[in-house]
Amino acid sequence: MPLDISNVRKNFSATPVLRDVSLFAEDGEFLALLGPSGSGKTTLLRVIAGLEQPDSGAVRFQGEDLLAQPVRERRIGFVFQHYALFRHMTAAQNVAFGLNAKPAKQRPSRSEIRKRVSDLLHLVQLSGLENRYPSQLSGGQRQRVALARALAIEPRILLLDEPFGALDAKVRRELRRWLRDLHERTGLTTIFVTHDQEEALDLADRIALLRDGALEQVGTPEELYHEPGSAFVFEFLGDSVRLPCTVNGGVAVIADAPVPIIGAAPANGPAFAYARPDAINVEIGPGPGLPAHVRNVILAGPDARLDCAIDGDGAIDVRIPAEEAAKFSPRDRVRLTPRTVRVWPVT
Amino acid sequence: MTAASRLRRLVEPSALPGLGPTLGFTLVYLSFFVLLPLSALALRPWELGFDHVRDVLTSERTLAALQLSFGAAFLAACINAVFGTIVAWVLVRYDFPGRRLLDAFIDLPFALPTAVAGIALAAIYAPNGLVGALFAPYDIRIAFTPLGVMIALIFVGFPFVVRSIQPVLEDFETEAEEAAATLGANRLQTIHRVILPAITPSILAGFSLAFARAVGEYGSVIFIAGNIPMVSEIAPLLIVIRLEEFDYAGAAAVGLIMLSISFVLLLLLNALQSHIARRGR
Repeated sequence: MPLDISNVRKNFSATPVLRDVSLFAEDGEFLALLGPSGSGKTTLLRVIAGLEQPDSGAVRFQGEDLLAQPVRERRIGFVFQHYALFRHMTAAQNVAFGLNAKPAKQRPSRSEIRKRVSDLLHLVQLSGLENRYPSQLSGGQRQRVALARALAIEPRILLLDEPFGALDAKVRRELRRWLRDLHERTGLTTIFVTHDQEEALDLADRIALLRDGALEQVGTPEELYHEPGSAFVFEFLGDSVRLPCTVNGGVAVIADAPVPIIGAAPANGPAFAYARPDAINVEIGPGPGLPAHVRNVILAGPDARLDCAIDGDGAIDVRIPAEEAAKFSPRDRVRLTPRTVRVWPVT
Repeated sequence: MTAASRLRRLVEPSALPGLGPTLGFTLVYLSFFVLLPLSALALRPWELGFDHVRDVLTSERTLAALQLSFGAAFLAACINAVFGTIVAWVLVRYDFPGRRLLDAFIDLPFALPTAVAGIALAAIYAPNGLVGALFAPYDIRIAFTPLGVMIALIFVGFPFVVRSIQPVLEDFETEAEEAAATLGANRLQTIHRVILPAITPSILAGFSLAFARAVGEYGSVIFIAGNIPMVSEIAPLLIVIRLEEFDYAGAAAVGLIMLSISFVLLLLLNALQSHIARRGR
């Protein structure tokens, strides 16, 4: 197995940041470490790179013990969230840094280095900007220089820490597609850290979802989205609504309305039902279902959203097809009934 | 056209108000405390004629004093630049017991009356002093030689370098160092190619300040220098000697030439510093 992380633990003073994490990455895989801030995902990435030493556990790459190697001998490319470019060097000098730093025997000749740098800058679509300093580049361009710099050392693994964290939404989406293409072309085992579920679902072959320093679930985006192992996974991957319910014979009863349960149904009794906001029926008039009133109808976007206040407690955004939005106006009394739910016991 | 509108045409429009009053204040302040005294100095030497000025400035004693003053100040600033950088590095990068205390010691050369420092240095570095005695057997004399002058100048210039570099090092992002390590650079390469270039402008700034301070230093030097004409007599002392001889024009002439050399050197250093700093901005 190319990259094998087993039982890694790490404490910062007394606070555990990684609790017994075991994870592997296949050759050429695109793996996302997803989780809320403080879940330990960046620390795990830094352990792989050698920028942090774990308190216990092992990290192996093709059988080699990575933990025994210092950072500079691991040949693991690392792209920092804030780029960490060398500000006094041009884009080309930044990219050439890793090649120039090699011991004299392994260092390519000057002309080879120049060729490699120019190829890499071409690869990241920055040809012509060789002599710009980082301060003269946009955020997206800096990120790509950082990537080219990491690729220059022909890394065995590429690690990206929140690669698009500091960029605006449009550039993020462009770079995301571009990074996917690049990964397909280079076939390099790539692990990236993100707190953005959409990014992870979009890009990754597999997602490792972390929570409080432990792995919550690992799987393909489809598995995580369609077969969430816990309420945390369900809530983290996409918008969700949590409603109190009573389980009765494999069916969730929410405000007198029986709702079919997807996945395992807990034993009879009170529980929490989780639904996606686009899987909720909204009806006007009396009957079963959660009584609520419409606070606002939001029409901007591909589908319409109803901002509904549930009587007594809470508010939810329900997604409905845009053509049905005309039926509703603010202050309408409505009933909400999820079409399907997942149910987890009250913890 | 009023003066104000003419001024406005000369400068870039800025969103920050108050160019007029602040520039006016700056000019007045600068005039009273810097330009006026210095222009008086520039006018004074010529009262006994051009030949007198030439004679004073070309006399061997003056030349020797100028050479010693600028040479020792330059060497002292170089040494301070090296060791000040190391001290700043240690203070910023490592946490050890007594770090704050050590940090406070750095400023002492600022606070101590220079004469006190001079007497203390002379006592230590004299052939029978604590340090001087170590060198005496090898026939190396420190106090009362140009070497002693340099020691005193290192002492007074030291805080400038440390204090110039410290804030820049504190702001330096450790991620750049980590990036260098992941790219395969060893510690030496990282320091040489990543850290040093980033702090070079502030090393230069500290060097300039230490150099400027050392050129004009008087109090601490005269006690340790021995003040032997042609050997260990600094230019500021020569000015005082001329004054005591009531040769005001001669004193002013030496002062003026020191001022001119210093000004040109500082201008060059500033230009170099901003040239280097601009690369990374």
